Amino acid sequence: MELFSLGIRSIFIDNMIFAYFLGMCSFLAVSKKVSTAVGLGAAVVFVLGVTVPFNWILNEFVLKEGALTWVSASMATIDLSFLRFIMFIAIIAGIVQLVEMVVEKFSPALYGQLGIFLPLIAVNCAILGGGLFMAQRDYTLSESAVYGFGSGLGFMLAIVLLAAIRERLKYSQVPNGLKGLGITMLLTGLMGIAFMSFMGINL
Amino acid sequence: MSTETLEKEVVVKPTEPIFSKRRKKLVTDPLVDDNPVTVQVLGICSALAVTTQMKPTLVMAISVIFVMALSNFVISLMRNTIPARVRIIVQLAVVATLVTLVSEVLKAFAYDMYKELSVFIGLIITNCIVMGRLEAFAMGNKPYDSMLDGLGSALGYSWIILTVAFFRELWGSGAVFGIPVFDYVSSLFGPDFKLATNGLMVTPVGAFIILGLIVWVQRTKTGYVEY
Repeated sequence: MELFSLGIRSIFIDNMIFAYFLGMCSFLAVSKKVSTAVGLGAAVVFVLGVTVPFNWILNEFVLKEGALTWVSASMATIDLSFLRFIMFIAIIAGIVQLVEMVVEKFSPALYGQLGIFLPLIAVNCAILGGGLFMAQRDYTLSESAVYGFGSGLGFMLAIVLLAAIRERLKYSQVPNGLKGLGITMLLTGLMGIAFMSFMGINL
Repeated sequence: MSTETLEKEVVVKPTEPIFSKRRKKLVTDPLVDDNPVTVQVLGICSALAVTTQMKPTLVMAISVIFVMALSNFVISLMRNTIPARVRIIVQLAVVATLVTLVSEVLKAFAYDMYKELSVFIGLIITNCIVMGRLEAFAMGNKPYDSMLDGLGSALGYSWIILTVAFFRELWGSGAVFGIPVFDYVSSLFGPDFKLATNGLMVTPVGAFIILGLIVWVQRTKTGYVEY
């Protein structure tokens, strides 16, 4: 039950976009059409769902203070947490590469659809952010899996909603200076207000 | 991607002065006309979250300036030896090392700030401006030019986030750099007068709206239109 509420919380309340601004670059760049937004969203859900638990394992057994005790008792005082950034990003880049190869091999159709998005995900702040939040909040393995998956879903929800609005926006008259980024930021702000109403829910 | 496109170098005369016109342009262009945030739409990710107050924003800006200038310099030094296939990993490794350096320095000398910025210092690694400039400029230009380019882009980014932070802190908490401006102004008008703050500005929503408005003003001035 606790896992369930964590999942709901990471989708709606701690939404990657509306609460933490993570993954904004791709959120703004790839939200012009619903179909591509769904593709990127699905890729993010998958990569976050895989990398967060992976990073948890790395953090728990290699990086944390005293994590190397399982190798030998004399290593209990070693604290490698300063290597967290570089190790996390290496894991993420590696897994993204792996996912890309697997998808290319087994589902060329999906690979063609995701196209350039897959390699770009390695530098999506939401992925690294998910890993760092997981480490900061001391989640367990199952919690981190749910958290990764849930925040991926939250990102997907946000980007698909925005893409749908922007598709409609094409037919409206926006002042010249506000076209593109400006109106999108204002829209995101308004959507953020809507998402704030989830904050009152006690889970 | 072929390596030929990456190695197209800007022709530089051997006797070019250190602050030639072209080099000055490298620094000043990204400030307004080619601003990384408002025109190129890069690096919005990690920036907005820290802009509730001026102080952490300033620290963030300085960190980004340091990381960008140095990473552009280092990558540019190595540009001819990096194989094209693994360049993203190499770039990430260089940036991650620099960011780790920043984070350790903050941890040692400004622990409160380190706690406040938490994961957002780490997220400089995935800041699109850093990777974007490395790919677009440092991979094909000389080290000193690349450093100037990094500096310019980072400064362009910095003034935008500082402006956002200024308005958010002023309207959200009635202060600038922690100095309670609103309280002081209200006291000038007698005891019953009070300037109200808007709680919405402290939330992420405020940042989106302020940035949207800044983009509007800036693009109206430069005449840039996105289609």
